[in-house]
Amino acid sequence: MSMKILVGCKRVIDYAVKIRVRPDKMGVVTEGVKHSMNPFDEIAVEEAIRMKEAKKASEVIAVRCYSTIQQETLRTALAMGADRAIHVEVPAKDCENLGPAQVSKVLAALARREGASLVLLGKQAIDDDSNATAQMTAAHLDWPQATYASKVSSCDGKLTVTREVDGGLETVEVSLPAVVSADLRLNEPRYATLPNIMKAKKKKLDKLSLGDVGVELRQHLAVVAVSDPPTRQAGVTVDSVDSLIEALRHAGRI
Amino acid sequence: MHSSRARLLAAPRALVAQSFPSTASVRWQSTAAAPQSSTKTKPKSAPETSPSFVKNIFCGRLVTDQILPYPNVLTEEQTENLNMLIDPTEKFFQECNDAARNDELERVDEKTMQGLREQGAFGLQVPTELGGVGCNNTMYARLVEIVGAHDLGVGITLGAHQSIGFKGILIAGNKEQKEKYLPKVASGEHMAAFALTEPSSGSDANSIRSRAVPSDDGSHWILNGSKIWISNGGIAEVFTVFAQTPVKDERTGEMVDKVTAFIVERSFGGVTNGAPEKKMGIKASNTTEVYFDNVKIPAENVLGEVGKGFKIAMEILNNGRFGMAAAMSGTMRSSISKAVEFAANRNQFGRKIHEFGAIQEKLARMAMLQYVTESLAFMISSNMDSGSKEYHLEAAISKVFGSEAAWWVTDEAIQVMGGMGFMKESGLERVVRDLRIFRIFEGTNDILRLFVALTGLQYAGGHLRAIQTAIKNPTANLGVILDEGSKRAIRAMGLSHSGPLPDVFLSLKDQALDVAKTVEEFGSACESLLIKYGNNVVDQQFQLNRIANAAIDLYCCAAVLSRATRSLELDLPSAQHEKKLATVWVNEACSRARYHIKGSRSGSTKSDFDAMTSISNDLIENGGLVAGRALGF
Repeated sequence: MSMKILVGCKRVIDYAVKIRVRPDKMGVVTEGVKHSMNPFDEIAVEEAIRMKEAKKASEVIAVRCYSTIQQETLRTALAMGADRAIHVEVPAKDCENLGPAQVSKVLAALARREGASLVLLGKQAIDDDSNATAQMTAAHLDWPQATYASKVSSCDGKLTVTREVDGGLETVEVSLPAVVSADLRLNEPRYATLPNIMKAKKKKLDKLSLGDVGVELRQHLAVVAVSDPPTRQAGVTVDSVDSLIEALRHAGRI
Repeated sequence: MHSSRARLLAAPRALVAQSFPSTASVRWQSTAAAPQSSTKTKPKSAPETSPSFVKNIFCGRLVTDQILPYPNVLTEEQTENLNMLIDPTEKFFQECNDAARNDELERVDEKTMQGLREQGAFGLQVPTELGGVGCNNTMYARLVEIVGAHDLGVGITLGAHQSIGFKGILIAGNKEQKEKYLPKVASGEHMAAFALTEPSSGSDANSIRSRAVPSDDGSHWILNGSKIWISNGGIAEVFTVFAQTPVKDERTGEMVDKVTAFIVERSFGGVTNGAPEKKMGIKASNTTEVYFDNVKIPAENVLGEVGKGFKIAMEILNNGRFGMAAAMSGTMRSSISKAVEFAANRNQFGRKIHEFGAIQEKLARMAMLQYVTESLAFMISSNMDSGSKEYHLEAAISKVFGSEAAWWVTDEAIQVMGGMGFMKESGLERVVRDLRIFRIFEGTNDILRLFVALTGLQYAGGHLRAIQTAIKNPTANLGVILDEGSKRAIRAMGLSHSGPLPDVFLSLKDQALDVAKTVEEFGSACESLLIKYGNNVVDQQFQLNRIANAAIDLYCCAAVLSRATRSLELDLPSAQHEKKLATVWVNEACSRARYHIKGSRSGSTKSDFDAMTSISNDLIENGGLVAGRALGF
């Protein structure tokens, strides 16, 4: 079948890095900090590749929109098995303002441009935790959405998606084209192997401008301040159960 | 010793004259180098000129082309590639490989082997078009560092395969051989092994007895012999085998035996191996005897030329040594992080133990040794990548230094952790066991010390002979004599004519000057040894050992000064820390080098050497200790 899958690959600060707030309190320190692909996006890439390997999809296209720096996120997707990649270049000055509202517009435009029948995205990015891009993309496209997928199977132009919801699992069916967002338990992404990383360099990576995809970025919100979580207050040692109860009562905890 | 001597002769001589920094010897070098470019009829006295820092300090000269600035040959693209390769490699070793389990199993777990195959870890330096990852030496070093930090047993399985097992095909193989063998060894479908050592031939590699004779029709060779301690011997399909072959001596016309390298497949028939050896460490690595019984090797499987096998063996070993330094710097990184974590959290006497000077000195020394080793590994890999053929002494030093540094560092990490370090659970006892072999294999550190000292002295000797020849015909060689004359006069007056190492960061100038002065002293000690012993210097191993130790210290000094300078110039966040590492290292290393220099030339140490020779002789004669027990019974 000729299903094209578009997968989003956001580059975020690596999950193992200790985040530091910038001195100007307008963001976090990103310079000289290890970055990697958003783990949920990695799961989305893996799922798309598995669908291709199971002959359920014809092509996997990894996409990203940001400034031109650091192509390694897309290269990782290509090394994992994506067929080609598209990088939508955003002027460096506008990158700070990129949020789900802006990115979803770009993704929707790309989906139309490429004639994709499935947009697979991570359920959220681990840096801003917005959890909105998939939903907004579906809205822009006016396509059905299936979020928090922990299992996806496809049959006859339809997807059956098991979603993780509070209190259990919900199975939904959506007809293609559709937008799906990947949850943690959907799969375990493969490692990009070293030979594939080198081979991925030969795969096609197109660069498009915002003009090429016909999207104009508008800023809807402004960051006012970014601050560290409050540091924990030092505790006190109490000498008996009674004084513990008394202290808790005094603190209004019981 | 024979192997060292043979190496000396095999050392590549022809090197283009390079531009050297401005010292008094510039004129001398250009004069002396000129005849080199001409034909075979060059006078014997024409000394070889080399850009090698280590060779040149044997003449008391600072040649810093390969040292300063600290080299980095990676292109932007290679840097990007390498950055992408690091993460998956690290993840693989953290999440998929279990070093303790491999150690217990005494083999690399099949799941890990399969993972390594998929990762492409068996063909890191094989070109991508032949199925490899296409790393240059620097990229390889960075990845090997990760392996060294996690599992040396796996490291040897990988290293025996690609650093020596099929490296011969990579550097000396012809197109057909490369196309036939490299794809399968790169994918890990076929394992490779390097078969040189024999029961009667260890350090003296030229004395091997395995022998191959050509068939009557010349279509193949028949190989017989046996090899011992072959890493991957039980699992390899492809072997690089060294054997004596009959070769016609060009001068006498007689048939003599010379070593030839062959590519031997297990499937040729007649290749068998013994049981895996029980070892102290690197247990996961497969080590066996390998036997060749009338193995029919097709004629096209000769690697390089017939009779040139010894040179190929040495090339392979020289070519792979930097990798050991890289692996060792990774091992130290990991041992140090364990010790640091423990020292930062362990309370004794009401304080964290890192607040005590005894622990502080240990941690600081561990950091210095790691810094030096890493600086050496990447300096050499970069020199090799930029096409230098003059890195053999440097590579030998990196192997000697790295293996000893890692041993000391991990031992001290255990010491910092006390009883906890002694427990298997800490993961350090395995590392110490694994590390022990690094001082022994691929050229023992003792042989490599002699190799460094003798190759250096031979180089210096060449220049000395040039002066002696010049003195015979003073009018034609006035420049040489004047330069050399003034150099000696200055030295005799106790003055230094060389400035500090050029281009070293200002705040390290004192250290740079110290190195320059010590190099000069070193050169003069080498000259006296040569004058005193002439060719017999090869038998003065007590002195040679000290000369080698001084050379090692001096090269290490140059490497750290260079690296710290780069960090200071780039104003890296760690620059001031690195400056401290370099300062303390150089201060101590120069004084140690001077101690060794003195030991190599003073009369009192000479009489101690003689006494030690005699003590050793007594032991041998007595079959053990000579002195009775302190109690008398």
